[in-house]
Amino acid sequence: MTSIDTAPPPAPQPAPTIAASTRFDVASQWQLTWWSFRRHKLAMFGLAIVLLLYLIGFFAEFVAPFSPTDTNRRAVYHPPQMVRLIDMSDGFSIRPWVPRVKVSRDPISLAQKYERTDEKIYLRFFGKGEPYRLLGLIPWDRHLLVPVNPRDRYYVFGSDRLGRDLFSRTVYATRVSMTIGLVGVMISLVLGLILGGLSGYYGGKVDAFIQRLVEFTLSLPTIPIWLALAAAVPKDWPMLLQYFVITSIVSLVGWTELARVVRGRFLSLRNEDYVVAARLDGASEKRVIFRHMMPALTSHIIASVTLAVPLMILAETSLSFLGLGLQPPAISWGVLLKEAQNVRSIAAAPWLFIPGGFVILAVLCLNFLGDGLRDAADPYSR
Amino acid sequence: MSDNVTTVPQRAAAETGDIVLEIRNLNTVFPLRKRMLEAVKNVSFTLHRGRTTCVVGESGSGKSVTARSILKIVDPPGRIVGGEVILHRHNTDRGAAGAEDLIDLAKMDPRGKPIRAIRGRDIAMIFQEPMSSLSPVHTIGDQVAESIRLHEKASKKDVARRVIELLTMVEIPRPEEAAKKYPFEYSGGMRQRVMIAMALACNPSVLIADEPTTALDVTTQAEILDLIANLQRNHGMAVMFITHDMGVVAEIAHDVVVMYHGEVVEKGTVEEIFNNPREAYTKRLLDSVTRLGRRAPQKGEQPRDLDRRAEILRVENLNLTFGEDSGLFGGKTKAVKAVNDVSLVLHEGEALGIVGESGSGKTTLGRCIARIYDPQSGRVIYRTKDGGQVDLASLPAADLKQYRREIRMVFQDPFASLNPRMTVSQIIAEPLIVNGVASGSELQDRVADLLARVGLPAEAMERYPHAFSGGQRQRVGIARAIAVNPRIVIADEATSALDVSVRTQVLDLLIELQKELGLSFLFISHDIAVIRYFCDRVGVMYRGKLVETGDADEVCDNPTHPYTRALLSAVPGDDPSRRRIAQRTRYAPAAE
Repeated sequence: MTSIDTAPPPAPQPAPTIAASTRFDVASQWQLTWWSFRRHKLAMFGLAIVLLLYLIGFFAEFVAPFSPTDTNRRAVYHPPQMVRLIDMSDGFSIRPWVPRVKVSRDPISLAQKYERTDEKIYLRFFGKGEPYRLLGLIPWDRHLLVPVNPRDRYYVFGSDRLGRDLFSRTVYATRVSMTIGLVGVMISLVLGLILGGLSGYYGGKVDAFIQRLVEFTLSLPTIPIWLALAAAVPKDWPMLLQYFVITSIVSLVGWTELARVVRGRFLSLRNEDYVVAARLDGASEKRVIFRHMMPALTSHIIASVTLAVPLMILAETSLSFLGLGLQPPAISWGVLLKEAQNVRSIAAAPWLFIPGGFVILAVLCLNFLGDGLRDAADPYSR
Repeated sequence: MSDNVTTVPQRAAAETGDIVLEIRNLNTVFPLRKRMLEAVKNVSFTLHRGRTTCVVGESGSGKSVTARSILKIVDPPGRIVGGEVILHRHNTDRGAAGAEDLIDLAKMDPRGKPIRAIRGRDIAMIFQEPMSSLSPVHTIGDQVAESIRLHEKASKKDVARRVIELLTMVEIPRPEEAAKKYPFEYSGGMRQRVMIAMALACNPSVLIADEPTTALDVTTQAEILDLIANLQRNHGMAVMFITHDMGVVAEIAHDVVVMYHGEVVEKGTVEEIFNNPREAYTKRLLDSVTRLGRRAPQKGEQPRDLDRRAEILRVENLNLTFGEDSGLFGGKTKAVKAVNDVSLVLHEGEALGIVGESGSGKTTLGRCIARIYDPQSGRVIYRTKDGGQVDLASLPAADLKQYRREIRMVFQDPFASLNPRMTVSQIIAEPLIVNGVASGSELQDRVADLLARVGLPAEAMERYPHAFSGGQRQRVGIARAIAVNPRIVIADEATSALDVSVRTQVLDLLIELQKELGLSFLFISHDIAVIRYFCDRVGVMYRGKLVETGDADEVCDNPTHPYTRALLSAVPGDDPSRRRIAQRTRYAPAAE
């Protein structure tokens, strides 16, 4: 081996230079997560729809043309109408309108019949309508799309058995149904984080106890218990309180899944070299948990939360549909669907199912979003 | 067909040295988001009957992708974009002798029947991870039988007989019993033997081995290398052996192909490559191997006065047993004595190496001293700066903090030991902050200073660990360790995850720091060569016990304990003309 004999003593290694920083080199966890999330087309679509639904819920008073409780005897089971944008009556102009409808009553069946006339009801964007308080604070009277004549009505989604505008009701229901998911998940999140975190970090007896608690909760037959608890809520309580109690009931089961996810992550993180290194650095337990372990968890938690919201929405819808959740006059998708419970409505007014479409859309999009987040949550996994 | 199954077929007219597989200008690319990654660029080489061709290169050199391209099992989205992989069928066992019969594998459909008929039959492959390459729910016999049945029609009895034959061939003791066992009952080395048996099931003409010994201990590696060499001699296969270890190349290669960044840098016979390397990269690879295995020149002579130096750490009769737990139903689980009555002394300014195979308890020992684990009995006496003595083993956790500043640790895996969510400056600053050493602009200066000391520019501060290579990350880990002016550094396999050339750089850095800061090192490694390069004294661990301690050159040149002798004889050498593994000694401990 010539190289053994002639090998000179190694020269001191020159300091390695590194290439100039790229965008990627200095990208934090959130930037990396966002970049990898952005490539997930379906999840981006889900995100857009979910944001849109929350916007609609947030500005419900503005989006809805009429009050959701306004009844109209002359428009019972009014069928949906298409809003036309182009008006050709005196030359071409862009001006939204719906045909005026003439109501007559069938002399034999006494059912109301709606016939199109050639007359037009003109609509206006950002027109004046019923006054309301935006976000409960700012008094205003503009709506997204209202008839020019405030006494006119139009029905995009049709109307129900009391002649209430289904579109306005759906918009208000979006607010309740989408937030009931959030509130419920928040309660689950707090419970799940604390119990799962304790379980995973301390292990041993604490872990065993909490895990048995999780298993016990999961073994409860949920639907009968919901029914019983919901039935136990006094009907004379204010609507908001009822609403809160129902969400709490719904979230009583939701926390278990999250607690398990958090515990699993804690268990695996606890033995990661970098967490051991932090302990050896002399960092306190609090610092180890919050500075070194929590950032690794947040993205996973966000993903789990996103996947938990649709479950809450479905639970609320089912309960309300069965008449045990929110009660009228509260409006949620479940309450609206309750109207579509009988054969008559299926035959006479199939549009009453439209809120069901919203439930499906919301649940699907939240699931797409949650899936995408879960895939993007750990940009460091190889 | 049953002839093929039951007996080794008659050699065709083919002879040793005939070309079996020819790779011409192979190109494989992986489309990335913005560009094409050329994993294999214009690679050409040939495999010959009865010869072993070692493809050697560091991680990312494209050697595995080359092997996978041959069998068309490149992971998508990677694909072959050019070149030919020609199987000289007339030179294989199954080909008709005489007439030339060439097949281009590169043109075949990766999922088609023709390529599947070749995979496992003419060309077989074994992989690095013996732990995950076998199915855990089937017996070993079934799995070997499956690989026979995929290509040969044979009766159940014939197959069963052939399975036993194969298991005997790969030297698995009591093959009839072994066939009925499940993979979890076997160690990594035994599983790799099973994998080889499966690969040989249909008498392939070409065996591709992708780092088959990398996950194994040196002694097991020696056994497997020996086995492959024997099988090749007896069967006249062409073997393509992929490795990053020049020592392994020296032990088994006939021909060598050196790869770097997807290209073939140099190829030739093993004597040519080792004695007259032409390319600078090959020289560097050889140099980094030959430099290790001897005492680092910059460390000077082996100090002889170690015993008279002041002790900084004394470990006495340390014990830690894992899994000693009575189960829920009263059953006792089998306990493992990970650290069994270990005593050792670390002197001031000394580098003490702990060497041993996986499972010998060396990592656990290091972690007990750092008090990541709490030892069950024994003492770890640390002599503080002012001469006082503290027993770290019995100290309550709350009182450990001040000593954790003085005894620091460098971890093995540079990817796991740095928090990916913190910037380099946050990582290095962490011990300074939590110990209240510095803050504000002083902190930034300290961090920049530390980075410079480990050979990283100050621009590295704002980057996240994912922007760095393994070697650079390990430098960050070292900077974190020395941030609070420690006196002892426990380096747990600090260089094993690195490529050879980077390994020497990091070791040189550690030597430099040791000199500058007067550090004492407890250097844990499975690699004797690295220990010899870096350490003054060495302790050999075997099954939780420290079997031998002494000056590094003394232990390595004249080992007294039979286990040390076996361990040292299994280490691949660096000279192809003196192959050592065939002459190794084995150590069989008395039954416990």
